[in-house]
Amino acid sequence: MSALLQVRDLSLHYGPRVGCEDVSFDLHPGELLCIVGESGSGKSTLLNAVAAQLTPTAGSVRYRQRDGEWLELGALSEADRRRLAREEWGFVTQNPRDGLRLNVSAGANVAERLMALGMRHYSQLRATARHWLERVEIDPTRIDDAPTSFSGGMQQRLQIARTLVTQPRLVFMDEPTAGLDVSVQARILDLLRRLVNELGLAAVMVTHDLAVARLLAARTIVMQGGRVVETGLTDQILDDPQHPYTQLLVSSVLTT
Amino acid sequence: MTAALMLELRDLSKSFELHQQQGARLNVLRGFDLRLHAGECVVLSGPSGAGKSTLLRVIYANYRPSLGAVHVRHQDRWLDLAKATPHEVLDVRRHTLGYVSQFLRVIPRVPALDIVAEPLVAHGVDVQQARRRAAYMLSRLNVPERLWQLPPGTFSGGEQQRVNIARGLIVPRPILLLDEPTASLDADNRAIVAELLAEACSAGSAVLGIFHDEDMRDRVATRLFPMQALEAA
Amino acid sequence: MTPRYNFAFLDEDTKRMLRRALLKAVAIPGYQVPFGSREMPLPYGWGTGGIQVTAALLGPDDVLKVIDQGADDTTNAVNIRRFFSRVAGIATTERTADATLIQTRHRIPETSLREDQILVFQVPEPEPLRTLEPREAETRTLHALADYGLMHVKLYEDIAQYGRIATSYDYPVLVDGRFLTSPSPIPKFDNPKLDRSPALMLFGAGREKRLYAIPPYTRVESLAFDDHPFELQSWEHHCALCGSNDSYLDEVVVDDSGTRMFVCSDTDYCSGHRPEARA
Repeated sequence: MSALLQVRDLSLHYGPRVGCEDVSFDLHPGELLCIVGESGSGKSTLLNAVAAQLTPTAGSVRYRQRDGEWLELGALSEADRRRLAREEWGFVTQNPRDGLRLNVSAGANVAERLMALGMRHYSQLRATARHWLERVEIDPTRIDDAPTSFSGGMQQRLQIARTLVTQPRLVFMDEPTAGLDVSVQARILDLLRRLVNELGLAAVMVTHDLAVARLLAARTIVMQGGRVVETGLTDQILDDPQHPYTQLLVSSVLTT
Repeated sequence: MTAALMLELRDLSKSFELHQQQGARLNVLRGFDLRLHAGECVVLSGPSGAGKSTLLRVIYANYRPSLGAVHVRHQDRWLDLAKATPHEVLDVRRHTLGYVSQFLRVIPRVPALDIVAEPLVAHGVDVQQARRRAAYMLSRLNVPERLWQLPPGTFSGGEQQRVNIARGLIVPRPILLLDEPTASLDADNRAIVAELLAEACSAGSAVLGIFHDEDMRDRVATRLFPMQALEAA
Repeated sequence: MTPRYNFAFLDEDTKRMLRRALLKAVAIPGYQVPFGSREMPLPYGWGTGGIQVTAALLGPDDVLKVIDQGADDTTNAVNIRRFFSRVAGIATTERTADATLIQTRHRIPETSLREDQILVFQVPEPEPLRTLEPREAETRTLHALADYGLMHVKLYEDIAQYGRIATSYDYPVLVDGRFLTSPSPIPKFDNPKLDRSPALMLFGAGREKRLYAIPPYTRVESLAFDDHPFELQSWEHHCALCGSNDSYLDEVVVDDSGTRMFVCSDTDYCSGHRPEARA
């Protein structure tokens, strides 16, 4: 099976400071890859550089689009980058308020990406929005409510619906469950696990939570100080960590 | 006719380097060889600490071997899991290599039936058909039907273990690794598991397992493979 | 004419700058052209953008009509008309058919315009996406990429809240199939008059320092959904003064007891349709 995304020797520096350095990985269709590491390890920088939200200092990111053609993301025009983000990608932010449009209703938030793709049939937009609210376990009668009236967990589920409604091929997620309490977190993780399976999504998810990686990702990348210190099957990394930093991370997990 | 060779371990060593404990080194396996054929059920025997579980985990590629090779016959070609890419390992796990441990890894909010059906769905079977097969497995293992739609987090140890076995055996895999899957089962249920394993073997699966219970061992083993702890040796 | 001012108040360099911007605006229908908006002797919001456009266009032979909400006799209209007759000495009129240049706030005259006429709109907010996207850099990018899905979010919200597209003025249009454009706060009743109009339409936003244009005979399409097409307002009433049933009506309270009547908002059209005028 051929890769969907190829990252090679990717570096991003903030002036003299290293954001991430020399990162390479492949992502295959239908695969969820976790990037773990503590705060400041460069995982969010890496995610943003891969998703073409930040401009890398060196290295390349290639993406194979729906028609099979490989795109070099560094060489993309703004128009093409936005087209990809609209038609083939999704991005879920840690704080749902950054990913949602707070001054319009939940339904409009879900329908917006469809309208951006040119859908102009109100009743269909509405039916699709309702269907997706149900899929993320939001009562569809709340379709006309403002997201500001939703709890944090509901807002995050709304953001997931808004992102997945266009059936993207590749989704980037930046700590989608951080900042939510444990029961809410479990619900969102279960939801993500199910949707990723049902839709056959490929995804790159940043998390500091090893349990999240174990639940969702077949493969994991461990980062420290901007560099990849270990990469492989998630269960391998968690059960037989090789690098001192990974061993420290694994031994720091609280067990109940 | 001799049965096909399915798994071959050559000069396998595994040691753990504990960076959190001043780089202490723990040698568990050294120069280990083993051959497993289709249709046989090899039971590892030996005291605790002999590295039986570690061996199974190394074969499953859950642990990375320090030295040596884990050759697996995967869809009519041989693959060394010690050198395979993560994607190859995942493919081998999906289709060839099954692993059943003592413990069910519970996924929050997912009902028992779906936990059992999941590997079959990953194998490429459609969801409804996989659920029907899961229901068959659960009923064979005497898991009461009222539990099927519940997440197994609150089940008893024995119930969880039977769900786990159903999940582990639902896909007919050419190689099965079993790490004391029957530890908390009563005699009746152990007998059912033994029956299922015998069926798997006669269907051509190669089984490598750990069973502390002697009765179970005698029922299923076609061959015993003794192991000893390295430090004692 | 007050001799202390240059013709039409603005100096010639400023007028040239404005004309250049206007030529660019005409060349790219619907595109917002930045211009060096000047301080005018009246406050922002009173039509400073429109006045600067008018000043740049006026010649000595022009006949100017100014309307505010369709009426020639409101304070704003009277002031602007008097301003130009003082600083340019040009002729003014209240009759649509007689004017060569019409400056307007919030209406398009009911009388059909001709090729030899120019309509100048006063625009408070030239950016139709502004309420949805506050960042100027982002709205410019959206225009550059013709990425207009966002505008439909507003129309969606209308239908979700009111069961129909409730936006009744400043109803967004797509000019020449390319640029999303604010028609200024005219009632959507007037939107069809923008489409393929024989007269040149120019838009000036003084505070926001933007000009744009809809050249003659340009296609102007009002946005809508497939199952919620663009619809015009209609009234059950006829104009109480002229009896017209096809013009835009204002509801007017006429006494302290709350008696109401409906009258044409276009005062010139109304007076031309009264029985005594027809007779």
